[in-house]
This record gives sequence, C-alpha cells and structure tokens, in this order.
Amino acid sequence: MTEMTSSTPESVSGLAPAMNAAQRFVMVGERTNVTGSAKFRKLIVAGDFETALDIAREQVENGARIIDVNMDEAMLDSEAAMVRFLNLIAAEPDICRVPVMIDSSKWSVIEAGLKCVQGKAIVNSISLKEGEAPFLEQARRIRRYGAAMVVMAFDETGQAETVERKADICARAYRLLTGQAGVPPQDIIFDANIFAVATGIEEHDSYGIAFIEATRRIKAALPGSHVSGGLSNLSFSFRGNEPVRRAMHSVFLYHAIPAGLDMAIVNAGQLDVYDEIDPVLRERVEDVVLNRRPDATDRLLDIAEDYRGGAVQRARDDSWRAASVEDRLSHALVHGIADHAEEDAEEARLKLGKPLAVIEGPLMDGMSIVGDLFGAGKMFLPQVVKSARVMKKAVAWLEPFMEAEKSRRTAAAGRIVTATVKGDVHDIGKNIVGVVLRCNGYEVIDLGVMAPAELILDTAEEQGADLIGLSGLITPSLEEMCRVGAAMDRRGMTLPLLIGGATTSRMHTAVKIEPSYSGPVVHVADASRAVGVAGALLSQERKAGFVDETRAAYAALRESHAGGRRDGVQTDLASARANGLRLDWSGYTPPRPAQAGPVVLGNVAIADLAPRIDWTPFFRTWELAGAYPRILDDPAVGEAARALHADALAMLEKMAAEGWTCPKGVAAFWPAACTGDDIELYRREDRREVRDTLRMLRQQTARSNRPNHCLADFVAPKESGVPDWVGGFCVTAGQGIEEAAADFERQHDDYNAIMVKALGDRLAEAFAEWLHEKVRKDFWGYAADEDLSNADLIAERYRGIRPAPGYPACPEHTEKRRLFALLDAERHTGVSLTESCAMLPASAVSGWYFSHPEARYFGVGRIGRDQVEDYAARKGWTVEEAERWLAPNLGYETVRQAA
Amino acid sequence: MIARADPSFRPAAAALEALAAERILVMDSAMGTMIQAAGPTEEDFRGDAFARHDRALQGNNDLLNLTRPDIVRGIHDANLAAGADILKANTFNANAISQADYGLAYHAAEIARAGTRIARDAADAAMAADPARRVFVAGVLGPTNRTASISPDVNDPGYRNVTFDELVAIYRENADAVVAGGADLVLVETVFDTLNAKAALFAVEDSFEALGFRLPVIVSGTITDRSGRTLSGQTVEAFWTSVQHIRPFAIGLNCALGAEQLAPFIADLSSVAAARVSVHPNAGLPNAFGGYDETPEQTAAFLGAWARDGLVNVVGGCCGTTPEHIAAIRAAVEGVAPRRVPDAPASLSLSGLEPFHLAA
Repeated sequence: MTEMTSSTPESVSGLAPAMNAAQRFVMVGERTNVTGSAKFRKLIVAGDFETALDIAREQVENGARIIDVNMDEAMLDSEAAMVRFLNLIAAEPDICRVPVMIDSSKWSVIEAGLKCVQGKAIVNSISLKEGEAPFLEQARRIRRYGAAMVVMAFDETGQAETVERKADICARAYRLLTGQAGVPPQDIIFDANIFAVATGIEEHDSYGIAFIEATRRIKAALPGSHVSGGLSNLSFSFRGNEPVRRAMHSVFLYHAIPAGLDMAIVNAGQLDVYDEIDPVLRERVEDVVLNRRPDATDRLLDIAEDYRGGAVQRARDDSWRAASVEDRLSHALVHGIADHAEEDAEEARLKLGKPLAVIEGPLMDGMSIVGDLFGAGKMFLPQVVKSARVMKKAVAWLEPFMEAEKSRRTAAAGRIVTATVKGDVHDIGKNIVGVVLRCNGYEVIDLGVMAPAELILDTAEEQGADLIGLSGLITPSLEEMCRVGAAMDRRGMTLPLLIGGATTSRMHTAVKIEPSYSGPVVHVADASRAVGVAGALLSQERKAGFVDETRAAYAALRESHAGGRRDGVQTDLASARANGLRLDWSGYTPPRPAQAGPVVLGNVAIADLAPRIDWTPFFRTWELAGAYPRILDDPAVGEAARALHADALAMLEKMAAEGWTCPKGVAAFWPAACTGDDIELYRREDRREVRDTLRMLRQQTARSNRPNHCLADFVAPKESGVPDWVGGFCVTAGQGIEEAAADFERQHDDYNAIMVKALGDRLAEAFAEWLHEKVRKDFWGYAADEDLSNADLIAERYRGIRPAPGYPACPEHTEKRRLFALLDAERHTGVSLTESCAMLPASAVSGWYFSHPEARYFGVGRIGRDQVEDYAARKGWTVEEAERWLAPNLGYETVRQAA
Repeated sequence: MIARADPSFRPAAAALEALAAERILVMDSAMGTMIQAAGPTEEDFRGDAFARHDRALQGNNDLLNLTRPDIVRGIHDANLAAGADILKANTFNANAISQADYGLAYHAAEIARAGTRIARDAADAAMAADPARRVFVAGVLGPTNRTASISPDVNDPGYRNVTFDELVAIYRENADAVVAGGADLVLVETVFDTLNAKAALFAVEDSFEALGFRLPVIVSGTITDRSGRTLSGQTVEAFWTSVQHIRPFAIGLNCALGAEQLAPFIADLSSVAAARVSVHPNAGLPNAFGGYDETPEQTAAFLGAWARDGLVNVVGGCCGTTPEHIAAIRAAVEGVAPRRVPDAPASLSLSGLEPFHLAA
C-alpha cells in the first residue's frame, strides 16, 4: 500500500522536528467551508461558484489532501449549494483528484452531497446526539453510499467535555458501528471536540488538554480508528487577534499529533511554525493549551493585545434581535420567523418568572396582532400559519416547565373538538381551521381523520368541549355528518356543531344537517371565518342573536330549496333515456389500446409531475383567491402568494431530491360495450365473457335541445358490434406525503405539514394529467401526435375524458370499489378505500377513461325515484341503500330513517 | 419472486465461493456481438407483442428476451457447451433509462426478468444433464447511457442529465427483476462512471435488504484508453476504493480494450484489491469495420498468462468474443490455481480521482 508522505504542507512540516507522526498528519482544507472562510461564504452566497472553485483549486495545489466542503449558512439553500459545488468540482480533475469531506450539521445536506461524489468521501459528521437508532441508521446509509465517517463525541446528554466522557462516548460509538452497522474500524474518525479555551470560565481551562488526553485513550482503546478535530474553535475567544490564534493552533497541534491526532480541519494560513513563534507568546499559549497554571488565561490576555493584527468585529445585520425579548417574540410571530423561538421563549420565561406568563403575555399579545392583521386583510393564511409555527415552537419549549404549575387551562378562549368524519381522510382544511383557532386562543382537540361519531362525542363530553367541528371532503361524509348530528340529539347534547369541508355547503347544512340536530348548527365556509363563528357562539352577549339569525337564514334556505325542487323540472327515466346522446357508430372505429395493461408505474419522478401542477386550486387551499399565474401579481395577495409559491417550489425540490415519496400509478383498458346505462367489460377481445359491469347514471333534468347525458353513451352499444374499450386508472403521490406531514407535525411545524399535504394533492392531480397524456399518446395511443401546452392541458383541450367515481359525471362512490378490483389498484399503488370509498392515502386520484372524440364532462345532477329504483335493482341493492349512496343527487325527499 | 423472499432460501453463494476457491472461474462470451452475428430483423425484435410499437426496435438486444428468446438461449447453450461456469444474462440494457430510448421504459423489468429466466433455464438444463456440474447465472446491470458525474453540456459543467436517485430507482427495478428471474449473482459491469455504479450498488443493497438475503456481487469497471483511467477519470485503485463497501465477490475490468492493452491495469488491480479479480476483455481492439479480429488462441494466451502469474480469479469475454474464445480460455486456465485474495489493509482508504491512504 502506498504510504503518502510527499505532499505534507509546508506550514506543518515545520512542526516535524519534534514528532514523527507529523509526516502522516492530514490537514483537511477548511477554505471551502462557509463557516471557516468568509471569502468563500461571500462568493457562494453571491452565487459566484466559478471563483469559489479557484479557492478549492488553490487549496489542493497548496497540498490539502482532503477538502472539507461545508455550506451550512442560513442565507443559503445548503443542499442546493452543496450539490452545485460538488458537481462543479467533479468537472475539475485538478481538484477532484483528492477526496471530499462532506461537512454539514444537516443530514439532508450530507445525503445530498453523498449522491454527487464518485469517490469514497468522508461524512462530517454524525453522533449519538439523537440516540442509537438514528445514529445507526445514518451510519448504515453512509456505508451504503460507500463513505467513511466522522463521529462526534456527542451523546444524548450533550457534547463530551471531559476525558472520561469523550473516551466513553467514542467507545460506545465504536462498538455500535463495528458491531451493528458493519462499519470497518478504519472508516471511523472520531472528533473528540475541540472547545474554546481561555474564555474566563474555569471549567474551560482543561478543554485543550482534555482533547489531547482523550485522543491518546481513543487511539489506544479503539484499534483501527482515527481522530480528527476542528481546530478554529480552540482560539475562539481571541477572535480578531490572528497572531494569537495562529500560535494557539500550532502549539495545540504540536502536542496533539504525537498523542494520535490523525487529521484536523485547519486553515493552513492560520498556522505558524512552532519554532518560529515568539518564545514569550509561545510559553503563555502553551500554558493555556495545556492548562499548566491557574492564571494562564490572564497571563495570555496581558500580552495578547501586543500581538494583535487589525481585524475588527462586524456588527450583526438583523437589527430586530437587539430589541427587548417581548418585542423580539412579537416580531418573530408577525414575521413568522421560527429560528429563535426557543431561545427567546426561554429568555422570556426567565425574565417573567413563569412559563404561563410568557404564553399569556408576549406570545398571546403577538398572536393578537397577527389575528388583527389577518382580520384586517393585511395578513393572509399562509403567513398566519407560519406565525402559528413560531407560537407552537415557543409553547413546546415552555410546556415542560408548566407541568408543575398545572394551571394551564385558564387561558383558553374555548375548547373545540375537531375531526374528519368516519370514512373520510381529507384533513387539510380542518388542520388549517385548527391552526387559526389556536392562534386565537382556542384549545383545539383534533381527533384526526376517520373519526367515528362515538369517539367525537365521547371526547367532547369528557373534555367538556364548547364546540364540535366536523370536516369532510367526499359526498358520503355529508351523510355521516347527519348521523353525528342525530347522535348528538340522542345524547341530549346542546353544544354548537360547526360544519366545514369541500363538499359541505350552507344549503346542505340547512337542508340536511340542521334538521338532524336540535342544537345550533353552523356552516363555516372557510378558515378565516372560523374565529368569528366560534367567537359569536361562545360570547354570552352575542350567542343568542347569532344562533337565531343563523336558524332563520337556514329556514329560508330550506324553503327556497323545497321551492326549487318543485320548479327544477325532472323528466322520467324512460324519456331521459330516449333523449340520450346518439353517436353515429357506423362511420367510426374506436381506437384499440396499444397496450392492454395493466401498465404499472412504480416510480414516477416528482420532477416529471411538478410542471403539470395546476396551481390555482393550491392557492385556493390556502384561501388566496385568484387564478395562477395572475395571482402572483395581485395587488392584495400577490406578496403572500409569491412567498407561498416560493416555499412550495422549494419543498417540491426537496421532495424530489430527497425522495420523500414514491408516486405510483396503474392504468388498464378493457374491451367494452354499453347496454343501456350499463357498460359491460369483457375478459377478452372476443367480447364473449363479461368480466364486470359498470353502472352509470343519467341526467334527468328536462332539457329540450340537449341530450340527457350518461357516460355509457360514449361507448359503442353492444348491438352495434363495433369493438370499443374503456380504461381505468388510479394514481397516488405516495405514502411519503402523509409521513412527511406527520414528521412536520411532530416538529410543531403546521405550515409545512399543511404545505406537504396540499402539494401531495396537487401532485396526485398532476400525475393523473400526466398519465392521461401518456394514455392518449402511448398506452391507448389514439393521439400520438398531440402537442399541447400545460394551459391547454389544464383547460382539457384534448380528446377523451377521465371522470372519477364520486364526482359529477358518475357520482356514486361505490363504483370505485369495482374500479379498484379491476385494476388491482391496492396492490399496484398501495391506495386503499375506506368504508365511504375515500382513497387512502388522501393524495390519490382514480377514474375511468373514455376515448370517444365527443366524450365530455357533465354533471348528472338530481335524479328521480324511478332511476334510484332502477339503479338499486342494477346494483343489487335495496332502495334505501341506493338512496343513502345517492343522497346528494336525490331529486326528491326521502323518508328519514328512524335512527 | 415470492418464493425467493423466503428467508430460508439459500442462494448459490456458497457453491460459488467453493468453486472459486478450487479453480479459476470461466465467464461466458459477449452477448451483444453474438446477437448481431445472429442477424435478427426488425420483425424479430418486434415479435407479436410489439408489432404496433411506434418506434424502430432493431438493436434493442434485450428485447429479444421477450420476442426471440430462442436466439438468446442458443448463445447461452453454446457457451455452456464451451465450458462456461457463469452465464451473463442478456439484461445489459434492461433498465428503464436505456429502454426509454425505445419507448419501452415501462417494460424494462419484464425484459430483465425474462432475460435472467432464459439464462436460468439454460443453466438448469446444463446442470440437469450433468449433475456434477455447477453453472451460475449473473444478472447484469449495465451502465445506462447517462453519467451522473459528467455534464453532457459543455457550457454548464455543473449540469447533470441523470441524478443518483433516478439511477437508484431504475437500478432497484433492474436488480429486483434479475433476482426474480433467478440470478445467482449480480454483475455491475462496464462501469465508466463510478457514481452510476455506486447508485447501482446502493439499489442492489436496498434490494437485498428487502429480500432478506444477499447475492454475491461482481463489479467490473471499464478503462477507456491507455491512460488507465475510467471515463469519469478514476485510476483503477480509486475505482476499487470507491466500490469496496459492497464487499464484492470480485472486482474486475471489462470491455473497451483487448487483453493486451488491459494487462498493466489488471496487474494494478490485482496488487491492491482485497477481493477476487475478474476480467473479461474484448477480442482485441475493433478493426476499421467495428469488428473484432483476435482469435480464440490469442485471447486465451493473455488470460492464461495472467492466470499463471496469479493475477485473476474469474476470466471471460466481452465484445467480439465467441463461445470458441471461451473454450480456448477455459483450456488455458485449466489446472492453474486462482489468485490468492489478500487481507484488507487496516488503513483508511479514500478516493477522489486518485486513491488516498491513512494508516491507523
């Protein structure tokens, strides 16, 4: 094996006379480290990577045998900078001939870096800080990327300061890595923590010698391993006094290398030749580094100024940090800056004496400013959710201190139990309402998704809730909400019931839900109204008036609804069928799918889907009204929209780069023919054996000059003998969406939790669009030369449709079970159906494909009892069952089931 | 696939190790140039299944696994008759990136599975005919036609047209498919960009973890010219250092050069690799018509000499080699002891384009 000795840098070779080990000591260049080199940081922040490359090249030319690359700087997208720089280095043979040390305190940055280097790199660093499981997991990943690793002497209780702790933690890490993660000892490099000495604090005096002693022990006890350290910390208290710093570093190395220090991250320019250091300075530095006398620090300080060069400290630029802690908390809340939430909360706690005083004082004051600005339309929902993140972080910090006090509950403005009802999994809107209510001082007990009525009501009773809020997105949830209302009546409950969610409406709440419950029922159209409604319902003075007004308004709605029913003329089913769309099948040959499928798409790149995102609904989720891209320039919400959009794009990029989720999909096509309002699917192209029959619904509104549409009309009739096909698909943004959201929630970060779910929904829709194009061009292949812009695609200017069961053209949800069985969708995509036929994970889209050029989207709308009875017979259901699943489409009053 | 996920299932690793301890193993001949020699037509490539496909498919050799399995099987059978111990499945381009050129990305796994299955069936038939014989099937993971550490855009050296994650995803599908098709070992070969290979190895580890068992892995790099470096610029030793974490059954070199030009680099590799050394060179350098002229005797003479010098553990052929070459190579290494694998050094080994060592 070649022993590398030739290129030891000059500045260290001066140390050599005193030690043999110096010959193999490795200096890791720190000049491509934004925390170690101001020049490099400036270049990188300014985006001047070309010049930054020169710094790397210079380092290698000057003899660095490894270069440390670190992009941990708050102003930077550290991952992107790491990737960009490493990719650029890869094109420079005179730089990338040496190995890279990928240096970051963020695992995501480390991993992004590992994905860019073909050589065997060093990761700097991992530690036992978060416990054994994450430590081992990261070590295994590093191993899989084929890199060596620096392990910091840091465990669950903190950074090791004493010799004992340093040696013990390293020994423990060594046992874990070699025993459980399969890491060869020679790939382990311990960083035994070089801390600042001469700080004026007595315990710090022994930090230098503790490192040297620990190095000796580690090398003796842990065979094969190496020891490294970051040198610049040592002299931290002499910032600005370069000559003293250089002397400290040289003296330290002079003693640490013989003890076994193998490598250090050093600025070669910050080293002096040991023998050439002024003897007076050298002696006093040596006293400090080796802690040789109690007055060592004072003695060094006495002479330090005589050596000072010239550098002056720079003033900090974020001036708001200079204000009082109360003002800082308020500023952070209004501007949604979470970086200092914990330290400021702690400072405020110490200042005000009690954690509760912090919450009820500066935090609530700040949030009330946020609430006022929101109410005045000067802040928008995304900003409020960011503010809530600051609040949550601060409160999470304070909570452990409050255990003792037990006086928590006094502050809440009211307590509300929220849930997405049984059978439904959509919760973005509910979560936003929760955040907004919490911002306004409410205690929100969130029962999550698929919450059964008993759980909701039990919880409300046990917790003495003041309000219940129900949410749902799919139509069967509307029925479930009625059931919850009826159950509340049975229990004799009187507290107000709030209704929200995409399919809910004032009309439905008035007509269906309010009659099921004798207490107050209020539909809440969007999150920004939740506070007003909750405030009115919990106010002694305003409650009665508000409830009466609402009841009166809903009664009026019911009346107009009943009137509308009578006016909305329906035709009978036979006439509707007679007025169906009659396509000419004699001169038309339906396209035969190029691939029958199932076509399984196991790994679609987020980068492919992102350009297909329809952003307008995304902004709607955040209650920013306006069409994309115009919304970005909107005078009122433009700024909030741009910030939100930028955050969304950044998250998409991270999602793609870090592989948060794995979008999956499946599509298939079946030989088909229509028989009446049914569509028969066949096992084979001979169309003899029926595989399954799709049950479709027909419009029954009376229309003179337009047909009564039914999806079956777009498929060639059986008796025509024309061979036709129908397709089906199911796509999902993947399980990773929910996992990422849960991760953010654990970090008290509702903003990103809601963001990732909102993006998941958009990605699923984008996937459906992307797949539909693939189907048109390739899999079914009837539009191979289609060439449309994304705007055209969103405007659906293409041939063929992909209606989804549960949506207007085929509103009955249980047909989704048939679709899923035909596709074997659960196996191929991991998407399953709840009892209400909601798809789980929620970021999913499924539907049928029709290829006829005349195929159009339409809404079935209200249907008559004759069609419900006919449909029940076709499905093998009782009429009651059919009425339950078709409730939103019933054009007549049913006899309410005795509950 | 399902049966193999059974943790009690023991693959052929032990038998492979045992045979490798006993003698130098012989790998089969080239697949691509053998297929070209068989001269399949566009119709052969299409078969019934892809008769209506919208792009020309001629040259998509891996697709023949589905449309003309008989051609592929014939090449395997000829190599078995020549005495090959290891068959390379016809899956070199059966990954979603390479198949995307033909609009068949979504068929990549099916092609890889079928290709491995053909080799598996051929191997099983040979072992059934001669119960004393052991033949092994290598699922081949090729390099793809993209490079993760080289920019295709001269004006933007930081640009990449493929990412590590994308490669991991397609290689994972590829690895799962060759295991499902019955591979005994995995061969990551013709590595011209080590970052691509690292992604393949990452995916292979993921696949093994999901399966609950490991297969032996051979990693084989390609030295593109006499500078002795890979296309991505690494020396032989730096390449070995970059992939040693997979603890390969063998590390090797193949393609681009003939045995004569490869000789110094095989010596380099053999002097540093703490793993078995494998080599499957081309039949010389291509002639003016892109053909290969080196005779079986010439190729076998080089490989035989390396064997006697104690440099190799696995030998075989790449572009231009035929079953006749394999028979000659088999004869040339017959009775020669395999290279003794040295212990791994206790130093910290790192690499950029060049190796780095730090003793403990």
